[in-house]
Amino acid sequence: VTEPIELILTKVFWDVFDDETIALRPDLSAKDMPDWDSLTHIRLLLTIEREFRIKFTITEVGDLKNVGELISLIQSKTSSSSPQS
Amino acid sequence: MSSLYSDLSWLPRPPADFSALCRSVLDRPEALGDRIKALASYALDQNQLVRLSKIIVRAQGASESLAPLTPYRLGVISNSTSDFLATALVATAARHAIALECVVGAYDQAVQESLNPDSAIHRSKPNAVLIALDWRGLPVRFSPGRRGEAESTVRVVLDHLNLIRNGIQRHTPALCIFQNLAAPPETLFGSLDRTVPGSPRDIVDSVNRAIAEEVWTSGGALLDVAGIAETVGLANWHSPSEWNMAKLPFSQEFLPLYADHVCRLIAAHCGKSRRCLVLDLDNTLWGGVIGDDGLKGIRMAQGDPAGEAYLELQRYALSLRDRGIVLAVCSKNEDENARAPFRHHPDMLLREEHFAVFQANWSDKATNIQAIADELALGLESLVFVDDNPFERTLVRKTLPQVAVPELPADPALYARTLSAAGYFEAGAFSEEDLKRASYYDNNARRAVLQKQVGDLNEYLASLKMEIVFQPFDERGRARITQLINKSNQFNLTTRRYSEVEVARIETDPSCFAMQVRLTDTFGDNGMISVVICRAPSREEWEIDTWLMSCRVLARCVESMVLRELLQHARGRNIRKLIGVYRPTDRNKLVEQHYPKLGFALTEQLPDGSTIWHLDVDAAEIDPAPMTVRSLFS
Repeated sequence: VTEPIELILTKVFWDVFDDETIALRPDLSAKDMPDWDSLTHIRLLLTIEREFRIKFTITEVGDLKNVGELISLIQSKTSSSSPQS
Repeated sequence: MSSLYSDLSWLPRPPADFSALCRSVLDRPEALGDRIKALASYALDQNQLVRLSKIIVRAQGASESLAPLTPYRLGVISNSTSDFLATALVATAARHAIALECVVGAYDQAVQESLNPDSAIHRSKPNAVLIALDWRGLPVRFSPGRRGEAESTVRVVLDHLNLIRNGIQRHTPALCIFQNLAAPPETLFGSLDRTVPGSPRDIVDSVNRAIAEEVWTSGGALLDVAGIAETVGLANWHSPSEWNMAKLPFSQEFLPLYADHVCRLIAAHCGKSRRCLVLDLDNTLWGGVIGDDGLKGIRMAQGDPAGEAYLELQRYALSLRDRGIVLAVCSKNEDENARAPFRHHPDMLLREEHFAVFQANWSDKATNIQAIADELALGLESLVFVDDNPFERTLVRKTLPQVAVPELPADPALYARTLSAAGYFEAGAFSEEDLKRASYYDNNARRAVLQKQVGDLNEYLASLKMEIVFQPFDERGRARITQLINKSNQFNLTTRRYSEVEVARIETDPSCFAMQVRLTDTFGDNGMISVVICRAPSREEWEIDTWLMSCRVLARCVESMVLRELLQHARGRNIRKLIGVYRPTDRNKLVEQHYPKLGFALTEQLPDGSTIWHLDVDAAEIDPAPMTVRSLFS
């Protein structure tokens, strides 16, 4: 039994931003969070890669606009790498 | 296997409330440095390092005292994104007792930063400057097949590094830390790269040799990035995607490892390298328990794979001693038993003369390690303690936090590698004197005198959340009961051996009362750790025919809890008197004073040395110890 992506991703956000009050919603983006600068963004992507055991390409992450798109991207990557889930 | 390195597996995992601990650490100023060092001493990942570094930077900004951490300022010159590196270094340095400030030079401006007296690096007056350049940041040009060009490339690279070094040293006396190059995994010809002058492999090898010679002859320090990268694998180390995404010089999976290596080096240059390796014996230097299994039963023989695994650690300890590390023993054992393998076992690599101090007794290990430090006139922060038993490791970490205590993997074949990966003995230099250091100490394996007990054992025991489970003999436990009865030698009052058939008979014999005892704690299930058999010579008396216990759970008040339980059953059956017997063997001196310690009175001494002890059941009172009791008697 695996946790839903949203739940794991929320914990990643808590970990990266050191803030356990963050609640994810699809339209959340860097504009809404002052701590979400370019360095933190990289740390966020690296942590997601580690937690979900996936690798992003620069093109994929370059197009991301908000959390909703991030979740779809993770979804597409995790479902293609493990067909049974 | 690379996870040993990327996860810093020799360090304990951080607790679940690590974030909360970080947040609250600044709430009070007392012992702030020590408390921050304690937080840094877990195996922290990148995000945890960021969290801790923020706390440290805040404390430094508020001019809070971080003593006893040594203040140190490090400049970083780099051709890649070094922001992550700086935060990782600040947090990691605390693990090595350093309060680090990190000053990062402008991105990809190594030469300008070093030459300009007004650069951020120079203005900060650093103690050291890390020149963190990889092959992309140096004038490295590959010229396969053109030897002359290859040689000139090596010269040009070295000139470039010297230009930076001279620039730095013109303005400050800072230590220059050079990095060598991790070869990119991409080859041109394949195996032939190694033989063709000017190929990537050839250039990297030649440059690395030249950098090493330069550091050796004209001073400075070398951070062996090539060695780190080769250890974890070049293809793991180099991440083209991460370079592409954010100009990260290597896979950030290894950032905690890289930072630890930099901080070890700095700590070594601050004189903080450790000097003494303290070793446990049973199941650390050999397989098995010498006091129970005997000289023929312990495993370390050549040709026995399980035994040979232990020889790896012996071999490594011996080679550390050859380079000047002092060795000591700290073991819960009878002194004579503990020394026997060193004297008589043909396969032992370590011998008594390799040890300065040899502590084998039944006192707690923290007190013994303090005695070793005192005897050698070394600070506790010079000591490393290796023990397979998590109970002892945690006790020593809690009681003597200055002592380094690595976590060990399940497989003893990896003990030596884990100890090496932890880098406790990192050296800034190596001289003839170092070579002889271990022999300066009298290596006479002497016993150090114990001073008063250090730390609060009861508090530690309470933190273990022990649960003791008592139950009658049963079929499921029979094999293990029989095994314990036939193999326990040390904590065994009478050393009576019974077969499985006899044990089965005791289960149903109405004149017998028998218990099997289990213990669990925060480290896990210790399994069956004690067996007691009583026989009734009269209607109101129980004679304790057998009482044995595993030495792994010594000094945890298990004996008194066993007696408490025994007294309850005795009272329930109108037994008035317990009769204890101690029958001496050459192995069980440990329990000579077992009965008087529990309040029994001596009534008889037999010619064979046996002693008989009595306890009045109604009058006996045993204080409860900090553990939960579960009794499965119906």
